[in-house]
Parts: sequence; C-alpha cells; structure tokens
Amino acid sequence: MNSNDSLHFQYVVSKDDFTHAGSASSDVKNKLKMMNVDAAAVRKVSIAMYEGEINMIIHAYGGTIDVDIYEDRIVMCLKDTGPGIANIEEAMQEGFSTAPADVINLGFGAGMGLPNMRNNSDEFNIESEVGVGTTVTMTVYFSS
Amino acid sequence: MPDNQKFFHSVYLDTDKCCGCITCIKTCPTQAIRVRNGKAHIIKEFCIDCGECIRHCPHYAKQARFDHMDALENYKYKVALPPPSLYGQFNHLDDINIILTALTMIGFDDVFEVGAAAELVSAETRKYIAEHEEPRILISTACPTVTRLIRIRFPELLDNLLPLKPPVEVAAELARQRAVEKTGLKPEEIGIAFISPCPSKVTAVRDPLGITNSSIDVVLATKEIYPLMLSAMKEAKNNPMEYCLSGKIGVGWGLTGGEAAGILLDNYIAADGIENVVRVLEDLEDEKFQMDIRFVELNACPGGCVGGVLNVENPFAASSKLKHLKKYLPVALSHPEDFPQKTDIALTDEITYEPVYMLGTSMLESINNMVRLEKIMRVLPGLDCGGCGAPTCKALAEDHIRGKGDVHSCTELLRRYYLYGEDAFEELEEENSL
Repeated sequence: MNSNDSLHFQYVVSKDDFTHAGSASSDVKNKLKMMNVDAAAVRKVSIAMYEGEINMIIHAYGGTIDVDIYEDRIVMCLKDTGPGIANIEEAMQEGFSTAPADVINLGFGAGMGLPNMRNNSDEFNIESEVGVGTTVTMTVYFSS
Repeated sequence: MPDNQKFFHSVYLDTDKCCGCITCIKTCPTQAIRVRNGKAHIIKEFCIDCGECIRHCPHYAKQARFDHMDALENYKYKVALPPPSLYGQFNHLDDINIILTALTMIGFDDVFEVGAAAELVSAETRKYIAEHEEPRILISTACPTVTRLIRIRFPELLDNLLPLKPPVEVAAELARQRAVEKTGLKPEEIGIAFISPCPSKVTAVRDPLGITNSSIDVVLATKEIYPLMLSAMKEAKNNPMEYCLSGKIGVGWGLTGGEAAGILLDNYIAADGIENVVRVLEDLEDEKFQMDIRFVELNACPGGCVGGVLNVENPFAASSKLKHLKKYLPVALSHPEDFPQKTDIALTDEITYEPVYMLGTSMLESINNMVRLEKIMRVLPGLDCGGCGAPTCKALAEDHIRGKGDVHSCTELLRRYYLYGEDAFEELEEENSL
C-alpha cells in the first residue's frame, strides 16, 4: 500500500432515525482509536462527523457519508439530496438555526452544527443547491 | 504485598472449575477473556479488574486474589481501614462504632475509617474545583476500574481525571502517621490493612496508578472478614468505643452519587454499573453533554462500592442500610483544619495512555491491518455466538490480525463447510489477506 491508497468506508444515514444518530461517527472514532491516530485528531473527527450526521437527519432526509482514511489524513464526504441551503454564509454563523421545534426539544438545533464542523476540520468545503442537496467535505490531518 | 507489577490482576481463573462456557467472555466490558482449549484465559493488557466475570461465572471459576489475616502476623501494630461499604453488610445496625469496635476485637490494634479520609478528599475536591475555574469536567479517580478503563480506552479523557488520591490511600497514610505517633514504632512496623469490597482495589495496591507506591500493606476481602465480624459484633454491641469519624459525606462515598454529593454542587453526573460508565465516558469523549457539568462520578459496580463482588450483602439492601446509617449523622466529622495528621492528597504520578487495542505500530501498518480486518469481517458470519472463544466476530478478527487467534476457529463457518462444503476463506487466502 502506498500513501495514495486509502481505507474506505461508507455509511448510510437514514432520515429521522434519532436513536441511531451518531452511530457512524462513533464507528469511525473506534476505528481511528485502533490505528495510531493521535487523540486530538480522533476527537476532531468524531465531533465534526457527529455534527454532520445530525444535520443530515434533521435537515436533509438522510444521506451517505464516505470516509477515506490515508496515512496522514481522513477525508469525510457527507452527501445528501435534501432541501439545500439557500444562504450558506448565514448557515455558517454560530447560533443560526432552522431546526424544527421537535428537534430543539431533543437538545439539538442550537445553530452550532456547521460552525462546529468547520472548527473541527483542517479543510472544510460546503456546496449546496436549493432543491438538489448539500455536500460537505471535511479533512482532518493526523499529527505524526 | 510483593513488588509492583504492571498489569497485575487480582482477578484470576480457577482452572479446575472452568468448564469453558462463554458466560464470562460475553460479560467482560473490555473483551479481555477468550476461551482457548476449553478454558477461559484473561488477556492481561485488556483486563481492568472490574469483577464482572466473577459476578457472572455460573461455576465460580473466576476468583479474586487478596491477602488473608495471617499476612498481618509480622507487623507489631495492625490498623484496619474499613470502607463505608462494609457498614452496609450487617443487619439491624444503628451504630457504626459497633463495627469499628468489633474490628479491634478480631486482631486489629486500631481502625482508621476510609470514610473519614473520604471527607478530607471531598474537602480537597471542593478546593480544587474552586481554584480551577476552567470549563474542564473533572472525572473522579476513586474507582480504580474506571481509571484503568480510561487509561486503555479513553486517552482523550486522561486530562479530565481529578488529580487527587483515592480516600483509601489517604486513609493509609494518615493511619500510619497516627500509629507511629501513638506507639513510637517505626513506620514499617505498622501493618495497614484495607478491607476491600472489590478486586479492583486489590489491584490498585499492587499496581497503583497516579502514585508510585501504595501505602497499604495488606488487602483483605470483606467476605472473608465478615464471619469473624459477626461474632465480635455481638460482644461489641454491649460496649462500643467512640471511633467513628465519618459523617454523611464519608459514609455516602460507599453509594453511587455519594462522592459527587460531597462536592456540595449540583452540577454533576453520577453513573454506576460498568456499561453505564462506558456510555458516559463515550459521550464525554464526544462532548455530547451540552449542559453545565463540573464533576463526573463513575463507579464500575452497580450502586457504587456496595456493589463490589467481594461484599456479602445484596448491593441494594446494603445501599438501603447505608442510607439508614447516615441519616442522622452530621454532614461531615472529619475536617482538614482540625485533623491532627497531615498528608498531601494530590496524585504524584501522571496517568498515561496504554494503547493496548492498536492494530499496528505505525499508521501504515494500522491501515493495512484495518483493510484486512474489514475483509475478514465480511466473511465472518456476524453471529457473535462466542463459539470460537472470542466474544464477537470482530474480536476474533482482531485476534487473528494480532496473531493471537485464528479465524478458522469460527464454528459457524466450520459447520457450513461440513454441511455444504463452502470454504469461506478461500478467496482471502488466495489474495494473502488472512
């Protein structure tokens, strides 16, 4: 295996499945913990991915998460075919939330999802089109 | 106790009694047991001495190592350290002094309550919290099983450990000082014996974390002292001495939530039972608690120390009895400012991560092995039946990769091979992935 090869996992996140929310990020976390990845990176990955997973359930009718682990980094690509985000700049602000009331009652919807994802990744990219869906790509580098 | 040993364990297997069933491998929270050649084996790097296998083994094959009363013979002056959980073992008791007096009748010269030291630790914890205004959530270090679990599975939380000694160590240090002052003997002539409710605290003496050496000389088991106590207590009842130095806080440490109550704040979480402990640690690690929490008390045993496997009484009955005993006690009876002996309650050594679950020594090796692991996992039936002797298919696959097991021991695949001639591993063998 050379450094361009990766270890690939795909997770399917289903809509409104709150009881399983966080299971994909938890699985990735447990894998990284067995793989000589520094604790700080593991933490960033699990928070960033957890927030993404929750977002997909709350806003986007579910979706898929593709995870690629390389020798020096992990790339998480979260793709949904949800409603899309009309104003990305606004959505990236801390505290901005469009979460429905029932979700807020569960303790979510504080408007910290996307900001936490950005703050916990070394590279962050978001692309969204209203009516088509949203794709977020996050990279976290491991310290050697 | 002999010299310190890394990964020493109190929990061991009585080979003659083990029939090779899979009860223990299924109840072990760290997947530290395998059945090989018809007998259970403990993987010492993974074991955290929680005692779940002792609790669940239907054949009483899982046992705990501890010392016996004769280990005290060579000491000139013997001091017992009774924990609060001991007080919950006896029926119709309304005065802790009866227990403490009875201890002086079965061979001890003096007693020093762990509950008294616990009140000093509570005071120190309150001070620590007041002096450290940072948002870091503090995790109790009193349950050695929890500390050991964090050390192997939750490295990110090591910084959250409350850097204070467990009450039993503080009790041992103070008890020795007091005995030296009282008798004029040399410190090494004093024998300090802790009466333990669990194997984990036996291990914590032999292989301590956070301190270099334990101050405890001998660790006895509650269940072994109990019968001696019963007859002595009948006599002690008539004329109990005034020994008791623990109040509501000290006695409460034997119960889940007791230590947390001692910090006199209400923004804490207290969880007990090893599965619940794991859940809280996982959520702490992921920063899932979106609330104001300052302190987390975790006890591996159900109900707290009263649930330890070396106890005699049903944990829930013991818990009820402790609540009764502490009902009319003052909040605390031991205060640092008026305590005659002094000791430093801070931990002296750093507790460091033990990466026992790693799949490789480098990232590249880990990735390669994780690829192999995923391939093997696709072939294994996923029944987690335990037939191979590992608790789950994943554990078997990991054993295989670490060279500690062989996937060909899967009984379900063997059955399929025998019945239908399917060789599930053929492809993996051909591409050298096994």
